[in-house]
Amino acid sequence: MDYDVLIIGAGMSGLAAGIRLAYYGKKVCIVEKHYRVGGLNSFYNLGGHEFDVGLHAMTNYVPKGVKLAPLPKLLRQLKLKAEDFGLCPQRMSVIKFPDKTLRFNNEFDFFVQEVVDNFPRQADNFQKLLKTIVEYDELNLYAKLISAREVVSSIISDPLLSNMIFCPLMFYGNAQENDMEFGQFAIMFKSIFCEGFARPQAGVRQILDVLVKKYKACGGELKVRCAVASLKCANGKIESILLENGEVLTVDRILSSAGYVETMKLLNGYDSSKFNCHVGQLSFVEFILILNKEPAEMGYNTTIAFYNNSDRFDYRKPDDLVDASSGVICCPNNFQFENPLSEGMIRITNLANFDLWDRLGEEEYKAQKAVCLEATLKEVVKFAPDFRDSIIFTDIFTPKTIHRFTGRINGAVYGTPNKTKTGRTHLDNLFICGTDQGFLGIVGAMLSGISMANLHVLQKV
Amino acid sequence: MTKEQIKDTILEIIAQIIPDEDLSNLKSDIPIREQVELDSMDFLDIIMELRKRYGIEVPEDDYMQLATLDSSAAYLEPRMREL
Repeated sequence: MDYDVLIIGAGMSGLAAGIRLAYYGKKVCIVEKHYRVGGLNSFYNLGGHEFDVGLHAMTNYVPKGVKLAPLPKLLRQLKLKAEDFGLCPQRMSVIKFPDKTLRFNNEFDFFVQEVVDNFPRQADNFQKLLKTIVEYDELNLYAKLISAREVVSSIISDPLLSNMIFCPLMFYGNAQENDMEFGQFAIMFKSIFCEGFARPQAGVRQILDVLVKKYKACGGELKVRCAVASLKCANGKIESILLENGEVLTVDRILSSAGYVETMKLLNGYDSSKFNCHVGQLSFVEFILILNKEPAEMGYNTTIAFYNNSDRFDYRKPDDLVDASSGVICCPNNFQFENPLSEGMIRITNLANFDLWDRLGEEEYKAQKAVCLEATLKEVVKFAPDFRDSIIFTDIFTPKTIHRFTGRINGAVYGTPNKTKTGRTHLDNLFICGTDQGFLGIVGAMLSGISMANLHVLQKV
Repeated sequence: MTKEQIKDTILEIIAQIIPDEDLSNLKSDIPIREQVELDSMDFLDIIMELRKRYGIEVPEDDYMQLATLDSSAAYLEPRMREL
């Protein structure tokens, strides 16, 4: 055996799993096909500016001292201190629909009051919904799947309030079109409304740096620019792994964070017809705008705004390149940092159609990026100050970009709608972790790696 | 190790896992998880730490044997006597 465990992908879940396994003495190797770690939450430099991919904000923020929440849980599991991530809490976020605005910060009571003030007739129903969410055990890997739309509409009788609650929860982690599994809904509700948003001063780089350093200090091995070419299976097990550089590895167990179908595609004898139903369809476009001033100078102090320009809320693969009618406006400057960030920045995320972007020729692709940016900005300035004259640099990534850098089919950042909660596959020694296992967000991804490493490796003698 | 030493070792491991918790009043005959905030993931780390430090393997079916300090000492004593 070359390794006890091979981990495919050095994103949040792969690194977290790696730390657990290496810390407890397993011989571990993480292979990452990109030259940089991070996967769906990574970073890049362009035109002298620093950009993050993924992370708008880290969800699940709780202040130091709170013990029984996902964030402190994961810090204990990774033997890290609360200070290591240097999380700075948000200022204020909003959900904006044409006639209603709900604000929320990291104090849950504030959000409850906002709902009561804006929807007085739903006050009791909202309390009922909270009770249902609190009582639900979302960590039960064997729970029956139920529709969140059905549960919520059976309790909340005003569809506008229901849509406003769904909007941020869907944008920040839902792989399913129009509906959401109730367990996922409960996880997202707690992570965003009950807990909250925060960001390290240096963005996603800081989190990745901490994870990589810890992993290496525990003795873990990390190979970047190292892609898996195929997994050879026999007798219900993976027997060996062929890397694209020609090397062949034998390992006891494999944890893959590459995605469920993406992992199945590596198997010899892969039959796509068996797995088509698991392919995710939801992808996004992101417009990243560098401004010549801080948004606060324009009177804009909102951290994240979830906007939707009608009372209906559609969360689905759009029929056009981009659906500008709803989206997320993130302002990385508007967290409670000790020192201001070096530049003003606004990031706008909209649902986008992978197939349509993929079909475009090079020139047309470029041209459409500009057209879509203009259309989105026209919509966004209805919900934020008009900052269009302050833009000094723009970068745009599309579903095609996401696919190219992460290998995700359709650029589906939230993966398959059918999560593999137990992490098990039809092969005895191959397990899924990360997005397609089903714990969401950055904290969720790390917890996924941790729990799959615990369940399928450490607990086995 | 004697049973008392084993209990001290377990306490020290717990203190390492949840450093902010006060363990001075922990009763040895009551389940540890009823007395301090230790979730199932933390509990697993007690077992992992025993493996890491002393090479002791506790199979999944025996995890319940470590519920209290007394039961841990009784279960681990034959395995740790020579240490």
